[in-house]
Amino acid sequence: MPTEAAELVFDEATKIYPGRDGAAVDHLSLTVPAGDICVLVGPSGGGKTTALKLVNRLIPLTSGDIRIDGTSILKQDVVQLRRSIGYVIQQVGLFPHMTVEANIGTVPKLLGRPRSWIRTRSAELLELVGLDPSYAKQFPAQLSGGERQRVGLARALAANPPLMLMDEPFGAIDPIVRARLQDEFLRLQKEIRKTVVFVTHDVDEAIKVGDRIAILRQGGVLAQYDTPQRILEHPVDEFVADFVGRDRALKALALKTLGELELSPATEDGLPRLSADTSLRDALALVIAERKDAVLVVGPDGSPLGVATREDLLR
Amino acid sequence: MTGLGLADGGGPVIPNFGHGTACLRHNHWFCPSWVHEHWGDILQPALVQHIYLTLISVSIGFAISFALALIAFRFGFLGPPLGAMSDILYCLPSISLFLLLVPVTGLSVTTLVIPLVAYTLFVLYPNILAGLRGVPPEVLESARGMGFTRLQTFWRVELPLAVPAIMAGLRVATVATISIATIAAIVLYYGLGGPIFDAINHPDIFRTELVAAGGLTILLALTADTLLALLQRALTPWSRQR
Repeated sequence: MPTEAAELVFDEATKIYPGRDGAAVDHLSLTVPAGDICVLVGPSGGGKTTALKLVNRLIPLTSGDIRIDGTSILKQDVVQLRRSIGYVIQQVGLFPHMTVEANIGTVPKLLGRPRSWIRTRSAELLELVGLDPSYAKQFPAQLSGGERQRVGLARALAANPPLMLMDEPFGAIDPIVRARLQDEFLRLQKEIRKTVVFVTHDVDEAIKVGDRIAILRQGGVLAQYDTPQRILEHPVDEFVADFVGRDRALKALALKTLGELELSPATEDGLPRLSADTSLRDALALVIAERKDAVLVVGPDGSPLGVATREDLLR
Repeated sequence: MTGLGLADGGGPVIPNFGHGTACLRHNHWFCPSWVHEHWGDILQPALVQHIYLTLISVSIGFAISFALALIAFRFGFLGPPLGAMSDILYCLPSISLFLLLVPVTGLSVTTLVIPLVAYTLFVLYPNILAGLRGVPPEVLESARGMGFTRLQTFWRVELPLAVPAIMAGLRVATVATISIATIAAIVLYYGLGGPIFDAINHPDIFRTELVAAGGLTILLALTADTLLALLQRALTPWSRQR
């Protein structure tokens, strides 16, 4: 299935609730390039969920504009707009009275797709999100939390939307399953390349999932919008530095792999061997634990690529 | 009126224990021979009338309750006053309500149906409304977020998810109607209340007729409840597979 992603632009987007002091989202301007995952993160009261719901007009804009591939959301029929955007929420919100297949087929059915098309598409999507096709005839009450969220993801993808909105999609899932779902989501995203807006309150999830991170502070003001690497290495102010945490240097190390370093030629023997896709953080942990000064980086076939010293890791 | 040992010329209904079987003469609790003999002229017609009365009352009551619940669901502020109205109707003693209507609607089945309908509202209206309002917020949010119109949300999400509550109300209302309908015979000889009142009005209480008609009422209530429970299972396959 052909997949094209859309560019998403927030242009001075503002939400002010009547009768409440200050804005929920305050002149938010940022551009999410087509095919990127943009994570909205920040403390509660930062307006991240509000900002997300402005996009599919579950919450109406007070002022400013949001454009999808250049077209203002205000110029589109609201129902058509929502059908063209994938939407995933924390509590999933599957329809309890419909089978998994019918749930996945929700938007295609609204769009008038024939039943046979929906059946095929649903089987395809179940496989894509890592569920057995036998799940098609089950009801949501029969699924575990993780399985439900996979179905929620499949449902959001069913009509092949160019843009996905995900509101703390893994927030209610236990840490082990959450990590697995994050990994699978990233693998999936490599395949489907959607533009994704992803809300979380968890900095580590933001760093792991985001191509770009928008940090919102109280009152819905954008504090910093940048790649995870740059946010960790160059937080613009105290608030961002605090928010990403004191261990931001270590988090930054986790983003780079040994393969990205300039290695010195392999000479020494007796060094711990690590594959090139090991993160610098894990490599450093090993160096500290084994009291070594360097590690030997090896390729996928086990052939030595070079040596990374402690200094290389920390540079 | 039909009854046991009716004197020729339509005089008062006096049991003629003297000419029956030993069982009848001693007014035992249950004489199968009498039931067999009077199935066709007393019990069966009363049963059919009772079923008819229940069906009509519950159907009309359901239609009114559904309409009221829809109004209250759409215009939230109307919920409490409508609920209070159905509560007040339920508080009226059924016997007085039956008798009160006689001058208005005469000795007709209508006089029986109106109070019965009024009582079903008390159960059906709040159940339907609670069912419609009981849809989890995250389900509604995902429906809205995926581009359901208001009407699509109602027909495809809210109404199907309200079915268990609606069916629960329907079961209670039906059983209650079957029971209250026996009292209607105080106004008009109609339904299983007819033979029950006949039996009670005998000086010694005609036990076999009381047990037979009363038993049929209970049996009818149990059957109706079971059928509705089966219908509910068929309508909501999703709610039992847990």
